[in-house]
Order: sequence, then structure tokens, then C-alpha cells
Amino acid sequence: MPNVMIRKNDAGALLFYVAKKDMEETIASVEMDTAETWGGEVELTDGSRWYIDPISPPPAFPTTLRFKRGDE
Amino acid sequence: MTALTREETQALIQEVLEVYPDKAKKDRAKHLAVNDQSIEQSKKCITSNRKSLPGVMTVRGCAYAGSKGVVWGPIKDMVHISHGPVGCGQYSRAGRRNYYVGHTGVNTFGTMNFTSDFQEKDIVFGGDKKLAKLIDEIEQLFPLVKGISVQSECPIGLIGDDIEAVSKKKAKELEKPIVPVRCEGFRGVSQSLGHHIANDAIRDWVIGNRDGDESFATTPYDVAVIGDYNIGGDAWASRILLEEMGLRVVAQWSGDGTLSEMELTPKVKLNLIHCYRSMNYISRFMEEKYGVPWMEYNFFGPTKIAESLRKIAAFFDETIQANAEKVIAKYEAEYQAIVAKYRPRLEGKRVMLYVGGLRPRHVIGAYEDLGMEVVGTGYEFAHNDDYDRTIKEMGNATLLYDDVTGYEFEEFVKKVKPDLIGSGIKEKYIFQKMGVPFRQMHSWDYSGPYHGYDGFAIFARDMDMTINNPCWKSMQAPWQKPAEGEAEKIAASA
Ligand code: SF4
Repeated sequence: MPNVMIRKNDAGALLFYVAKKDMEETIASVEMDTAETWGGEVELTDGSRWYIDPISPPPAFPTTLRFKRGDE
Repeated sequence: MTALTREETQALIQEVLEVYPDKAKKDRAKHLAVNDQSIEQSKKCITSNRKSLPGVMTVRGCAYAGSKGVVWGPIKDMVHISHGPVGCGQYSRAGRRNYYVGHTGVNTFGTMNFTSDFQEKDIVFGGDKKLAKLIDEIEQLFPLVKGISVQSECPIGLIGDDIEAVSKKKAKELEKPIVPVRCEGFRGVSQSLGHHIANDAIRDWVIGNRDGDESFATTPYDVAVIGDYNIGGDAWASRILLEEMGLRVVAQWSGDGTLSEMELTPKVKLNLIHCYRSMNYISRFMEEKYGVPWMEYNFFGPTKIAESLRKIAAFFDETIQANAEKVIAKYEAEYQAIVAKYRPRLEGKRVMLYVGGLRPRHVIGAYEDLGMEVVGTGYEFAHNDDYDRTIKEMGNATLLYDDVTGYEFEEFVKKVKPDLIGSGIKEKYIFQKMGVPFRQMHSWDYSGPYHGYDGFAIFARDMDMTINNPCWKSMQAPWQKPAEGEAEKIAASA
């Protein structure tokens, strides 16, 4: 369950940054991304899947959240 | 020599790998690549930030070097104790040429070496008492010191000293920040982890010091320069451009920087990062905690400077944007003259680089402004995010080498035959003896600054002075040269 920092890049897309792994990927899709909730299954542009229990109200970015690997 | 094709470069890598035993070959193969601009993610073509192979010659440093030498060392009004044996600090003392203003030994301490000089008994019985005594001595001898950082060398972690406890106690007594940094040299694979540890120490012990203190008058134009170590005056040459644009530079991290500048940084409007590798961690933290956005910029060479100035200005209002254009216009005549003077002398020359955190990609633009081409580049301690940022800057089919070994670098140079190599002091004399012009690109070969428009003039002059130096024609002993008349014959037949 790594700590992930989510931030917006210049283009407005969400970046998924894991400091421990030096991993900086763009988020391709988020299962729930509405005015009320944010989270669920998250897919990155490199194809990997991650999961976070949906958060409501949605968090303000940048923020650090704990994610699970999608295949766990 | 004309540029290598993709196949030729690939073949070159294979050829160089041939001498290694199987296991080493497999490992090193992952660190060498042919650049392909179409790749978005560098991890598909190159591996980085891994342990160096035992037995090869690498030029990496240790975590202590990354923390004490790079991040903390230049903060001028603090004393940085090299805690442990004397050598780590003494042999690296003042080597990075981080310039600063102040009276050394009175209110600034940048070029001095403070160490607890561990002896056998300190290893056996622990060095905490000695550290406490040392801190008292510092306070007595240098009452103007603003704070102290304790930079751990290898033994501290090995013998399990509690530097945190000593620091806390002494900080209370002296009412000054005392920062324990757990940057023992054995941590991580290179100095890069030292940068990270140093950033984390700043986060935990410095950044929050002025939370809730609103006495500092801010302006809408406050920025901080992050990751500029003022090597040969780099930060100064950058700072004037930002100030001419109408921005107020509140802090310099960490070249010519002070403790209070760092404490005030969370109050700025924008963090400008030059060296992403060594200070992105703290910038990300400030963005998350204080909502200060950050951006990377590049002040090497007029093309990149103009690009960066515009990008920075875009964060602010129209006045600043107009000012940015004015600054660019103001210096135009100056840098055009530089290009006009040196480009004809340097056009088409090929460069190979092998440096540290940002230069392997940041200086490419400056070389291109002079009509030169970077045909190979690599980092000592980069991570994947650095290579992500490099792929687009480099030409297709050029060489990328990560944590290159002494042998590989020499072989690459023999085959690629660059006109100039930019790397560190450990490589310098080998290549000069091989007859290849060389610039030391860590501390600018005792020159600099290279940042900003002022720096570009010096950069161009230095490159010309190195490449077109008459000494390269005298590499052969006179008696080994072909006799008069013969040389022309050979030249005519070639
Ligand atoms: S590896 Fe350890 S002993 Fe060597 S310079 Fe670094 S801190 Fe000192």
C-alpha cells in the first residue's frame, strides 16, 4: 500500500507519484470522479491498476493518499 | 565523423558490452540505450538508480555527499558538522565552488570544514557526548551562527548514536535550530538518496518554523529559486533576470542561501526549480502543504532562457509578461553577438556529456545555440523521471548511458570521437591524455557562471577556448610526426 502523491500537471491531467519508486505516471481514468466522490479503481497510462476507497467529498489536489495495487 | 545510425549505435553498445562476464553484461545492457524520441516512458529503454556493479569503476558519490555536499553545504549561515571521521568532510571541502557573500568564519561558514573527527574511542563508546561538546564549542567560537546541521557519516549509523536526542537537547539550550540528518554514506545507491534525505530533514526541521508567523511582508511577485547551488555564481546570474522581470526572489536554495530564506519559502507564490533531481521532493511537499506551485526552468543558453522566462511569466500578470519580453529584448543584442562570434568557430562540433543531476539535459540547448550537437549523454545518479525528461531533448539514435563505467565511457569516446567531453574531475585527465578536449561540467572547470545571459557568454568562450586550443595539435611528439612535406602528401592522398 504505497503512499501516492496526486497532483495536477500543467495540462490539467492528474499525476500519480510514488516517491519511493520514482514513479511518475499520468492517471488515465478514475472510476468515480464526480462532484461528490473521487476514487475507486484508478488506471494509469502505463496500464497498471490501483485502488482506493472512494473519498467524499473529493480531496483537493495535490495530496498524499494510500493506494492498493489493483491486483491485490 | 558523421552521426552514427541507430544500428551502428546499437552495435557499438553490443561491442562494448562484449568484455563483461555474462551476469555483468546483462546488468549493464539495461543501462545503455539508443535514444528514441518516440518513447514516452524512459523505463521502456533504460534502467536507472540501481546499485553499481561491484568491480566496475563508477564515479558516483555517497548519501553524505548528496546531503552535506550538495543540499545543506551551501546554506551559508549555518554550520554543517561532518559527524564522524575527518576525511569525508575534509577531502570534499569547498570543492563545489558554491559562491556566497559574507565574512567566512564570522557570519558565514561555507568553505570551512567542521567535523567531530571520530577516533577509535568514539566508535567504541559512542560519539554523542563529543557531538554535544562540539555544538557548544561552535556556539562559543561562532556566536553568529544561525543554526547547525549534523551530517552523519557512515559510522554514526553503524554504531547507533542518537544524534536526534543530542540535537533536540542542544537546540533547546541554544535556542537555535539543530538539524540531525541521517545521511550515512552507505544509504542508497548514490548521492541521490542523500538529496532525498536532506530534503526530508528540511521538511521536518526547517520548513514549518514560521508557520503562523505572518510578520514577513509578502508581495504577489515572490518566488524562490530552488536547486541552484550558485556554482561559480550561477544563482546570481539567474537572479538578476528574475528581478529585472519584476519578481522578488525571496530565497535561494541553497547556493548563497540562508536558513531564514528557507524558512520563508512556504510564503512565496511560485517555486522555480532548476535542479529537479536534488530538490523536487521539497517542492512537492510545499505544493501539498502550502499550495505553492512549482515549475522547472532552464537558464542555459538564450533559447532555453527565453522559453523559461516566458513560462515563468505566464504564472503572473501582464506586467510581468511584458517585462519578460523586455528582458529578452534587452539582452538580445548581447547574446546575438556571442553567437555571431563563437558559432562559426564551434559549428558542427560534437559533444558527449556525463554529469550529475540536471546538466546532462539542461545544457543541450546551450550547445545547440552555438551550433554544436550533443551526441551522447548520461547521468551518474538519475532516476527514471530524469530520463523521461531527457529523451525529448536528445537527438534520435544518440547514446544514453546511465551510471557509465570508466571502461564503457572510454570505449564510447574512442568510437564516437566527440570534439568535446563535458564531465567531472575524475574523467578529465584520462580524456585529456587521450587528446580529447574536455570541460569539467560539475564546477565549470574553475570558471562560471554558466546560467543566464551573462553565463552564456562565459560558457561560449570556455567551449571555444577548450576546443580550439592549439595544444590539441601538439599531442604528438615532434619526432613522431611525419617529416616536412610528407604530411601534405598524406593529406592529399586522404
Ligand atoms: S561513504 Fe561513508 S565514509 Fe565514505 S565519504 Fe561517504 S559518509 Fe564518508
